[in-house]
Amino acid sequence: MTETIEDLLRTEAPQVLGALLRRYDDFAAAEDAVQDALIAAAEQWPRDGMPDYPRGWLIQVASRRMLDHLRSEQARRRREEQHPHEPSPEVPDQDDTLVLLFMCCHPALKPTAAIALTLRAVGGLTTAEIAAAYLIPEGTMAQRITRAKLKIKDSGVPFRLPTPAERESRLVAVLHVLYLIFNEGYTSSAGPDLQRHDLSAEAIRLTRALHAVLPDDPEVAGLLALMLLTDARRDARTGEAGELIPLTDQDRTRWDQAQIAEGVDLITATLPRGPLGQYQVQAAINAVHDEAATADETDWPQLLALYGVLRGMTDNPMVALNHAVAFAMVHGPAAALDLLTTLAADKRIANHHRLHAVRAHLLEMAGDNTAAAEAYRIAAGRTASVPENRYLTLRGARLNQHP
Amino acid sequence: MKYMLLMYGSDRIDAPPIDTWDPAEIKAHIQFMHDFNKKLVAEGEFVDAQGLSGEAMVVRATAGDLPEVTDGPFPEAKELLAGWWVIDVDSRDRAIEVAAGASVAPGPGGAPLHLPIEVRPFAGPPPADA
Repeated sequence: MTETIEDLLRTEAPQVLGALLRRYDDFAAAEDAVQDALIAAAEQWPRDGMPDYPRGWLIQVASRRMLDHLRSEQARRRREEQHPHEPSPEVPDQDDTLVLLFMCCHPALKPTAAIALTLRAVGGLTTAEIAAAYLIPEGTMAQRITRAKLKIKDSGVPFRLPTPAERESRLVAVLHVLYLIFNEGYTSSAGPDLQRHDLSAEAIRLTRALHAVLPDDPEVAGLLALMLLTDARRDARTGEAGELIPLTDQDRTRWDQAQIAEGVDLITATLPRGPLGQYQVQAAINAVHDEAATADETDWPQLLALYGVLRGMTDNPMVALNHAVAFAMVHGPAAALDLLTTLAADKRIANHHRLHAVRAHLLEMAGDNTAAAEAYRIAAGRTASVPENRYLTLRGARLNQHP
Repeated sequence: MKYMLLMYGSDRIDAPPIDTWDPAEIKAHIQFMHDFNKKLVAEGEFVDAQGLSGEAMVVRATAGDLPEVTDGPFPEAKELLAGWWVIDVDSRDRAIEVAAGASVAPGPGGAPLHLPIEVRPFAGPPPADA
């Protein structure tokens, strides 16, 4: 029951905020008022029972807070006239998730600020919950959110959808913020796992909500599919001691088949519609991995083709690196090692541990254990990730046993 | 991303030991650090900050029952860890900027100490696979 209320409140949060913003042009104060209303509901509803019309209740309480705020502002400014009694804003019949996401992920904000604001204003999380998820003190997170709201106020971002000319680039920013939230939760291997797992779940929930209002946008669908297909492997990705288990060695019976099915259906329905985008291709790549019952059954020619498409969309050297891996799986390690030599001339990746890790894998495939062990050692020395360092060190050590 | 900034008491600092400063100079130094931390909180970047006492021991387990405890820091150390900050910032450049801000804490006569600050990124999570 409590969980139901919490879920409901978090779904309602952006709608209530949207209703207030349509009447009052003060994002910071409106956002605070909505948080107050959510907290009041979380206290009162389990005790007194749910109101008949929860959204109306929340809008009424939030507007009352908003009016209190405006009155005290007025008093502060020593204005004599009374603030007129304003009726509560009308309950909107449209979904405000989208316009709020555009506001909170505005390019004027740095990523950390956009993430924090999105989780609070759209996700309905409290400041304390967000702070715990990012392992920073609550006071710091409160300041981060306050500053983000001020920045939005100063930039004069209006409460409306971006113009058609801006829309595409602004949507890219929204998707990027959602992706960062997901990744923070998914890649974390240390810290309070449960809370950080919630970040991935929250990113999926928000992307679902975005997909519900923009069902025809292929990149929104692509991002949702990518998250589902990646998150499906989460439990198999680390061992009991938190060690990293690479895709090929994962126990595939631990993959979440329901989530894989949902992601595959979504990306399969989306791909033919076009236009194609990076999230869709990445989702397709993950779908190919997820659909292989064993690592040996992986459809590498298909992956090679998809990485080829992705390479045509971005000059990100990490994509070129993954392309080289797929190339090795189809055409053998020797030709792929030539690709890496070319890639190593790219300054952005020349010193990156992943280049050396891939080189090590390919050398091992080619049977050159001595050179592979050396490449693993270099890669281990360059990664900033403890689990990855352990994994690479172990791989190298195993080869040193059998040079 | 999180960074640890390590502040060392060091031979490389061109100033007499702090206990020989004028009390007003020490107060100014403390006030600077206090304001510095407050600014980091206001920026939404502060995670933790602690000063360490000068008392240091080096502990080493031995073959016997009791570990060997010697006065620290390590005799060969030229620098003594005096304290640290943990910050959560958007970029490496910003971490460097914060460290540079700490480096100019005032010393005798209010002149900046130009403290050496070691900047260490936290070991992060492994990247997403596939």
